[in-house]
Amino acid sequence: MEAKTKDVWVLIETKDDGTPKNVGLELLNPGRIIAGKQDGKLTALVIGNHIGDSIEAAGVYGADRVIAVEGEVFAHYTTEAYQKAVVELCEKYGPATLMIGATNNGRDLAPRVSSRLQTGLTADCTQVDVEEETGNVAWTRPAFGGNLMATIICADTRPQMGTVRPGVFQKPEPAENHAEVIRETVDVAPEDIHTRVIKLIRDMDADNVNLEGAEIIVSGGRGVGGKAGFKVIEEAAEALDAAVGASRAAVDAGWISHAHQVGQTGKTVAPKLYIACGISGAIQHAAGISNAEVIVAINKDPDAPIFNIADYGVVGDLFEVLPVLTQEILEHKQK
Amino acid sequence: MDNTKVKQMNILVCVKQVPDTTEIRIDPVKNTLIREGVPSILNPFDSYALEAAARIRDNDPDTKIIVISMGPPQAETMLRECIGIAADRAYLVSGRKFGGSDTLATSYILSQAIRKVEETEGRFDLIFCGKQAIDGDTAQVGPEIGEHLGLPQVTYALEASVSGEELEVRKEVDEGVEVIGIKYPCLVTFTKPSFEPRTATIKRKMAAKRAQITVLSEADFPDMDWNRCGLAGSPTRVKKTFVPPVKTGGVKIQEETDTMSAKKLFSVLTEKGII
Repeated sequence: MEAKTKDVWVLIETKDDGTPKNVGLELLNPGRIIAGKQDGKLTALVIGNHIGDSIEAAGVYGADRVIAVEGEVFAHYTTEAYQKAVVELCEKYGPATLMIGATNNGRDLAPRVSSRLQTGLTADCTQVDVEEETGNVAWTRPAFGGNLMATIICADTRPQMGTVRPGVFQKPEPAENHAEVIRETVDVAPEDIHTRVIKLIRDMDADNVNLEGAEIIVSGGRGVGGKAGFKVIEEAAEALDAAVGASRAAVDAGWISHAHQVGQTGKTVAPKLYIACGISGAIQHAAGISNAEVIVAINKDPDAPIFNIADYGVVGDLFEVLPVLTQEILEHKQK
Repeated sequence: MDNTKVKQMNILVCVKQVPDTTEIRIDPVKNTLIREGVPSILNPFDSYALEAAARIRDNDPDTKIIVISMGPPQAETMLRECIGIAADRAYLVSGRKFGGSDTLATSYILSQAIRKVEETEGRFDLIFCGKQAIDGDTAQVGPEIGEHLGLPQVTYALEASVSGEELEVRKEVDEGVEVIGIKYPCLVTFTKPSFEPRTATIKRKMAAKRAQITVLSEADFPDMDWNRCGLAGSPTRVKKTFVPPVKTGGVKIQEETDTMSAKKLFSVLTEKGII
């Protein structure tokens, strides 16, 4: 596809209630920088139902323009309805760049859009720059479970597309809303959709766990030893006002629900502080925490690989170390 | 057994041979990965897709399971392993002109290859893939194959079962597990389920050794649009790769007692303003 404009588009993913997911608003930050360097407009594409709050938020966080597609059929994400909407609007407006949050839905949708438009897509980026010489977006992403970083360019086809990891960018500073709002209609017929939701088996924990947005995460692994062992993790998390995370080993053992899982088959997180307790630090787990600002590891095994990526590594028994740390924090808070 | 079942399922599982390594080595001149000397394995996520297909056959022995891979001739070893685990037959798409493909070109080539294989094996009702390969980590090739073939999809699946006119898929979502019904034909990508996938049995392994693996090369695709293959057909290119900076400044804390270590940790974290 040819670009008709120099515009940068950011898809604002909405929840079923129409409010925005954080990652879309975060992407307005690099979106603004790219739009500035490429001399284009920053457009937020908002798709969903009852999306008033999302349209407003997109403007407040810096979009020049909001293109809104609203309807019952978009209330709950489906690949086919969302693909149709994004493809039709890209064809109509011809953006130069399209960024989508690398959530499960974003990574489900983006390849369907890019392959329909016959353009390039870079997955799960943790860095987004503009190549000075060409003005192309330089998408940087981890591969091989985070062992290798690759910078990818899409030189000739448009829009140049990327999914970007949640939590990597801060939301822009809120400002006065100057966004122009354009309402678009995309017709999706029932026969366009080949899937149906039969039921949702709600993980009761899921609503209370917000790993992707957490500033501090206290996480437990195999070394926690059992369900009861997570008590010390939870106590530390409470003292720090932190979320509780877990390694796959702990989740697979049934000690804690999947909603808490961090790593390649769980959530990728970007907290200010990540405290890994009794986690060996397998590459799959390390991949999920590579964007944490500070990593603390507590582990009995001095050779555990987690110490290679930790900023502060405590060699010791987590059941001895963590309660003392919790106590110190609580005393500190009282002062 | 499901009495509403109307037909035998014809399942294709897309698999990839990937390096099994936690230590990546880079060719400093070419700035590419050195793959030599690193053991190769079946991509773990693909093994979950193969397991999902095998479970469907557990319920209906008439189910047919075919595996396909694109890669170098050595990938045959991995395809034999798939036959040892569950596959009835295997196809390898291999050729110079396929090299250097990004996900868009790879998925185009695989979609053409799937059409080719269907001439022999009949139309596939289900195409299963791993959610991503552990080398590229893109999670794009599955959905892109779906797009080229015009198939609906479910991604991040944990399990799938045949239920009348639909495949019932348990999909991992933020809120828990969503049960989705999807019509045939369709494409499903799988993530790690709570159970371990089966391994090869001795009997199947023996058969796998003798199994014929069909290699599809350039000459087998008279209708292929070569402008859509390899480097020429790839809209993205890797500008550079680099090993992320290692945290060498990591501080070890190991005092005489764990209590002292904890207090040291606390004072360091507060001094640095981290907590």
